[in-house]
Amino acid sequence: MNFLHELIEGLAISFRAIRANKMRSVLTTLGIVIGVLSVTLMATAIEGVDRAFEKSAAAFGTDVVYVDRFPWVSNEDWATFRNRPPLERYYANLIERQSQYAAYVAPVIATRRRVTYRDNSQEDAFVTGTTHQYLNAAGVILEDGRFFTAEESAGGRPVCAIGATIAETLFPREDPIGKVIRVAGHPYTVLGVFEKQGGLFGVFTSDTRVFVPINSFEGKFGGRRRNVTIQVRVADMKEMEDAKMELEGIMRKIRRIQPGKPSDFSINQQEVLTAAFAPIGLVIASVGLFITGLSLFVGGIGIMNIMFVSVTERTKEIGIRKAIGAPRRSILFQFLAEAAVLCLIGGLIGLAIAFPLSLVVDQVLPTAMPLSVVFIAIAISLIVGVVSGFLPAYRAAKMDPVEALRYE
Amino acid sequence: MNVIELTNIVKTYDMGGAEEVHALRGVTLSIGKNEYVAIMGPSGSGKSTLMNIIGCLDTPTSGSYMFNSVSVSDMNDNELAKIRNKEIGFVFQTFNLLPRSDALHNVELPLIYAGLGSSERKRRALETLQGVGLGDRSHHKPNELSGGQRQRVAVARALVTRPSIILADEPTGNLDSKTGEEIMALFEELHRQGNTIILVTHEADIAEHAHRVIRVRDGMVESDEAAHKRKTYAAAAS
Repeated sequence: MNFLHELIEGLAISFRAIRANKMRSVLTTLGIVIGVLSVTLMATAIEGVDRAFEKSAAAFGTDVVYVDRFPWVSNEDWATFRNRPPLERYYANLIERQSQYAAYVAPVIATRRRVTYRDNSQEDAFVTGTTHQYLNAAGVILEDGRFFTAEESAGGRPVCAIGATIAETLFPREDPIGKVIRVAGHPYTVLGVFEKQGGLFGVFTSDTRVFVPINSFEGKFGGRRRNVTIQVRVADMKEMEDAKMELEGIMRKIRRIQPGKPSDFSINQQEVLTAAFAPIGLVIASVGLFITGLSLFVGGIGIMNIMFVSVTERTKEIGIRKAIGAPRRSILFQFLAEAAVLCLIGGLIGLAIAFPLSLVVDQVLPTAMPLSVVFIAIAISLIVGVVSGFLPAYRAAKMDPVEALRYE
Repeated sequence: MNVIELTNIVKTYDMGGAEEVHALRGVTLSIGKNEYVAIMGPSGSGKSTLMNIIGCLDTPTSGSYMFNSVSVSDMNDNELAKIRNKEIGFVFQTFNLLPRSDALHNVELPLIYAGLGSSERKRRALETLQGVGLGDRSHHKPNELSGGQRQRVAVARALVTRPSIILADEPTGNLDSKTGEEIMALFEELHRQGNTIILVTHEADIAEHAHRVIRVRDGMVESDEAAHKRKTYAAAAS
């Protein structure tokens, strides 16, 4: 192709020009470095929080519905819900018997207690009382061992299944299965260990939980005034809406609510969380990226400024090249290349600094630097370069060779 | 067939407001292949404007310019650039070399815009440099060369594309008289080799090297005749 040589010459010219004015090039690129650095860090933080949130949300399971006293997310005043009577354990049995859509139902009750094994302890573990159906009524997977059986559950036996973080803390070097731990002093034998779920601050996952039969819970950890949640696993995801309607109906009957009166319970779903977070997340991301994008914009202006100077400095040279027969596109390309190369170098340096910095930020806020962010950062640098360099390059290309040659 | 045919070339500049500068008021002339022409005139005569139009650096306001039987007077910038690249070799008073590139790169520059490959370019550039006697200085930068050597590099650059005409604007203006003579001897040699040479100058001494002198005054051709007292050089260089 004819212009390949022009392209190579253009690139060669741009490298020579950048090297010739090292100090100037460094100062100009600094703006881009900072711009790319801040945008990249912001993007990795946003991505990290997003992923962590998704993991947390996934812990709830997409086909699980939670019948609760209060809604998870609401715009209404707390006062509306305050007077709702608590749910009762036996609702779980009624729902199980009456529902067509429910596959598994389990009542869940929880409190926070200290859990110990020999010298190791975990403060504020979530001690969770539930039935043997819980394993199927939730989206959790056992990594090791087993959950309690129907008999153990009915008999309120002192057995338990623990989450991954509890296992790590209490049994750093041993196999937990079969060992006896103490939950607020009471002995429980470990039957199984759950897979690690991770997620935002580990609050909603199984990681920090100790599951015990609900019949043993009430005696030891108090059950009368605690909140019961009924977890329902829907048999078929596609029938979710019908399942929810049916549940609503069953619950209203159980609670004897007159038609026309509002329900005094809530049916919650993972979607509610993600739907609530989504707009907030979007706003945070937009504002964050906009602000850091501004710094990149400023960097781009710096590039445009310097390129105008560069073009003026090289007026004579532009005249010579045109006299010798350089077409406009060659002159345009020569300066676009210079701007693009400056920005690309700045972008790469910015990325190189962003990577170790993101690891530092990771200590405070979950971050993730997927490859896509790297490519996008490089692409943005190039785009900033071409856009900032365009006006100056265009001016150079349009110069009248006669006047340019006269310039001293 | 004439290389250059100008018919009633007019060039007027608009200086903003109502003022107009009539640089050329209707120039008609032709230049044939292998001619050696000098265009002479005092400053303000329009000779620079005439040179810019002949060299396709500028287009006339009206009139026609046929270059090798092709009309260039209404060509656009890119088309003119192509003609300049392939058919016209410029030599300037101030040499106009790229200061940060060596002689070889300066000479091969027109070939880059002509689309030639790297090895072919370098070969031709070196050959042309050798032709003007600077084969051993190809990697010197302009500031490492004397005035005469710089002008010779410029001449090599003008020649490297084997152009139809060589257009020299006061080529010896920045040189001392001895070096100036060397350059004029070079031009004579180029003429002998078959090149068409157009010299633009305000010095009669220099114009006398040409075979034909066209005098320009106030934007028009005043006279156009064979040189009176031609200076020549013996075939062996002086």
